[in-house]
Amino acid sequence: MLFELQEVGFDRGSRAVLDGLTAELPEGATAVVGPSGAGKSTLLRLLNRLADPARGRIAYRGRPLGSYEPLALRREVALVPQLPALLPGTVESNLAYAADLAGEQLDLDHALRLAGLSPDFAAREVSKLSVGEQQRAMLARALAQRPRVLLLDEPTSALDHAARDAIEAALGKLRRELEISIVLVSHDPEQARRLSDWVLRLESGRLAACGPLEEVLA
Amino acid sequence: MTSIHIELWQVAASLSLVALAAAISLWRGADLEGDIGLATARSFVQLTLVGYAIKLIFEADTIWLVLALLSVMVVFGAITARHRAAKVPGSFGPLLVALALAGAATLGLVVALGIFEPTPRYLVPVGGMVIGNAMTASAVALNRLGDEMEEARGRIEATLALGATAREAAAPSVRRALRSGMIALVDSTKTTGLIFFPGTMVGMLLAGASPTDAVRLQLILLYVLLGSVSISALTATALAYRNFFTPAAQLREA
Repeated sequence: MLFELQEVGFDRGSRAVLDGLTAELPEGATAVVGPSGAGKSTLLRLLNRLADPARGRIAYRGRPLGSYEPLALRREVALVPQLPALLPGTVESNLAYAADLAGEQLDLDHALRLAGLSPDFAAREVSKLSVGEQQRAMLARALAQRPRVLLLDEPTSALDHAARDAIEAALGKLRRELEISIVLVSHDPEQARRLSDWVLRLESGRLAACGPLEEVLA
Repeated sequence: MTSIHIELWQVAASLSLVALAAAISLWRGADLEGDIGLATARSFVQLTLVGYAIKLIFEADTIWLVLALLSVMVVFGAITARHRAAKVPGSFGPLLVALALAGAATLGLVVALGIFEPTPRYLVPVGGMVIGNAMTASAVALNRLGDEMEEARGRIEATLALGATAREAAAPSVRRALRSGMIALVDSTKTTGLIFFPGTMVGMLLAGASPTDAVRLQLILLYVLLGSVSISALTATALAYRNFFTPAAQLREA
C-alpha cells in the first residue's frame, strides 16, 4: 500500500481541518476530491511532511511517515502546490536547483518534455511565463528530482481548457512512461475520472468515500 | 581640547524650534503634536538621567560599571527592537544575542587594536553609539524578515517541498532582510560630509576640537558602526529565521 491513514486529524487554530480520517491509497493514481475547504490540500501536505498530523498515524509503503527523514522523503514524494511558486531565474535554473537537491543528474529536455514543455523553455525567465506554463515548469521541476510519487494540488485550477488538456496529457504520459504513483487533488469529478483509478472523497475534513473509481464516482 | 559649558537657558531657548515643529504639525494637520511633546519630554528626562549616570561612571572609573551600563543598553535595545519585529516569532533572543555580540565584538576589537583606551570616557559613548546603531539595524532587518517570510510563504513552502533545508528555503528572504538592515548606514556613510555632517564631528567642532581630529574620530566611529551594524543584522537574521520553522523543516502556521 502506498499510503495508509489511521484516524488522522489536523487542526488550524481551534478548527479541525481533518478529523478521524482512515483510508488507504494504493499505488497508481488516486484522486482526492471534495468541495473547497474539505481538507484536500492539507491532506496532501501531510503526505510529504510539510506538516505533521495532530492526531492519528500515516504510513508510507508500510513504514510510519514520521520515521522518514523529512528532506529525503520530500525528494521521493514530490508535492507540486496549487499556486506556481518558482524561484526567480530561468526555467533551467529552477530544474537544476531541484535536481541538485535530490542529487540527480539533470536531463533537462526529458523533464521538460514529460511536463509538456518544449526544450526552448529552458532559457525562459519564469517571470515571463503564463500561469499555465509556470504550472508545467513546476511539474518539470518536481520531475527533475525523479520522484517515486507525485502529489499534485489542483494542477489545472487556474488554467483554460487548452492549458488544462496539455497538463492532463502530460500526466497521462507520465504514468505510461514512468512507474510513478500520483495523488491528485481536484475539485472536478470529471478530471478525477480522466486521470485516476482510485478516489478518496472528503467532506468537511472527514472521509465521505474511498475506493475504486467506478465505485466512488459511479 | 577646550571644553564648552552649556547653560540650562540655552537648552530652554532651543525649545523654540520644538514649538515651531509642533506649530507646523498643527497647521498642516500632521497630527504629530502629541508625539512631538512626548518625544521632547522623554529626550529631556532620558538624556538628563543618562548624563548623571555617565557622570557617576566617569567618577567611579571602573570597567564593571561600564559593562553594567552597556548590558542594560543591550537588554533595552532588544526589547525596543522586538516591537519592530512583531511578525518574527521569538525575536527577543536573536535580538539580544545580536546586540550583545555586535557590542562585544566591535568594542573588543577597537580596544585590542589600540584605537581607544579601555576607559569609561571612551567605552560609554562609543558603546552607546554601537549598541544604538546595532539596535536600529537589527530591528529593520527583522521587520523586513517578517514581511518577507509572510509574502514568500508559498515560494518557501514550495522550496521545502523539493527537499530543501529551512536555511536554503529561507535564504533569499534572509539575504534581503540583511541588506535592508545594513543599507541605511552604508548609504549615509557614502554621503557623509557631502550631504550631512555626522553628530560626532559636529559635537567635536562645537566643543572646539581641531577639524582634523574631528574628522578622524568621526571616520573611526563610522567604520566601527559599519562593523557593528553588519554583525548585528547578520546575527539577528541568521538566528531569527529558524523560528519560522519546526525541527522537521516545516513552516510554522502563521
